[in-house]
Parts: sequence; structure tokens; C-alpha cells
Amino acid sequence: MKRIAIQPQDFDVAAELSALESLGGGGVASFTGVVRGEGGLIALELEHYPAMTQGQVDRIVDEAMARWPLLGVSVIHRFGRLEPGARIVFVGTASRHRAAALESCAFLIDWLKSHAPFWKKEHFEGGATSWVAARAEDEAKAQGWKG
Amino acid sequence: MLALVYFAWVRESIGRDEERIERPAPGATVADLIAELAGRGGGYAQALSDPTKLRAAIDQRFVSLDTVIGDAREVALFPPVTGG
Repeated sequence: MKRIAIQPQDFDVAAELSALESLGGGGVASFTGVVRGEGGLIALELEHYPAMTQGQVDRIVDEAMARWPLLGVSVIHRFGRLEPGARIVFVGTASRHRAAALESCAFLIDWLKSHAPFWKKEHFEGGATSWVAARAEDEAKAQGWKG
Repeated sequence: MLALVYFAWVRESIGRDEERIERPAPGATVADLIAELAGRGGGYAQALSDPTKLRAAIDQRFVSLDTVIGDAREVALFPPVTGG
């Protein structure tokens, strides 16, 4: 099973996990990213490259499925304006082996951060805005999965 | 013609999200294109004068800035991605 959704609307984590559990592998791992409301942040605005995003996430998922024995992968990434507490991203993996489920889930979120065409803009109280800068640490984590 | 698309602060500085330009000379790289666009001044110079802050895609695939544009249909210019 391969499910990829790039969408503005929220998603149901329980339903996503149930779909992965129903594959019968016995092991499901997941990561959910949520907007942090610190430093006076009132919203995150996520922009993406519509013509590229689906294909690029599809390549990242294929890479994970080639590296680990997975029965299913779900990736949901939202775009648009998201307020603190809102879910941004979901990665779920199912496998017969817990290490495969856990490692591939970590790989997927690391690669989404540095290889999927999304950009985050922060909106603060008082009207200030700021584009989030890429962190060298995130790129290093993604590179760490190479080889 | 070559389609250009811009994202995030590159788009905001330039003040548009897409445009079409005459095809660059054969052998021109993404870096050559960036330098030519920066030469327009104004928001283009502001967005594109420091290529180390830029990343690119050709026909929806990430490429390094030294990649030859060749017969590509679309070049995208943007800051490093911050998804996830």
C-alpha cells in the first residue's frame, strides 16, 4: 500500500493508522508533525510547488520501500495557512519488522524536510512575518541516510 | 520560450510567481540564468544576487546550479526547502 496526499485539509490520524494496521504486518510506526505556537507565532503558511510535490514525495516513498521490507507507507503533507496545534505532516509505515517500520519512518520524515518542495512562512502577533530558514542540521540528517 | 517559476521569498522579492523568457543560449546553466536575471536589478537583484542562498529544479527535478538548462521546459528558483 502506498498512500500519498498533498492537501490543505486536516487528516484523521486514527484512520490512517487503522489502514496501516489492517495490512497485517504486525508493526506500524508513525510520525505526526504539529505547528508549535511559540514566540508569538499565530500561523504557519506552507507554500509548495504543485507540479513537483506529488512526484517528488512519490520518489522518496519509493526509496523507502526499496530500502526496507514495508507493507505500506502513508505520507500526508498539508499546505496553506495552519495555526498552532494544527497537524502539518503525517508519516506512517507498516512492516513485519519493527526496526524496518521505525527506521523507514525516521528516514521519510528526514527526507521530507530536506527533499520535498515546501516552504514555511511564519506569521507573528503584530503582523511580522518571516520565512523559515533551512537548518544545516536537517540536511545533515537526510545525508546521514545515504550509502 | 522557457517557463520560470519562483517560490517563497524569491517569488515575493521578484513580485511574480511565473514568467516566460526567451530561451537562454545553448550551454547556459542555471547559474548563468540566475546571473542574467539578477542583472535586471530591483527585486530580481534582491532575490538572486547571492546564488548560495538559492536552489533550483529543472522540469520538476532538483538540480545543482551548474546544470545546463538544455531543452528544459520549466526552471524553478527557490530557497532551500523547509517542509516536514
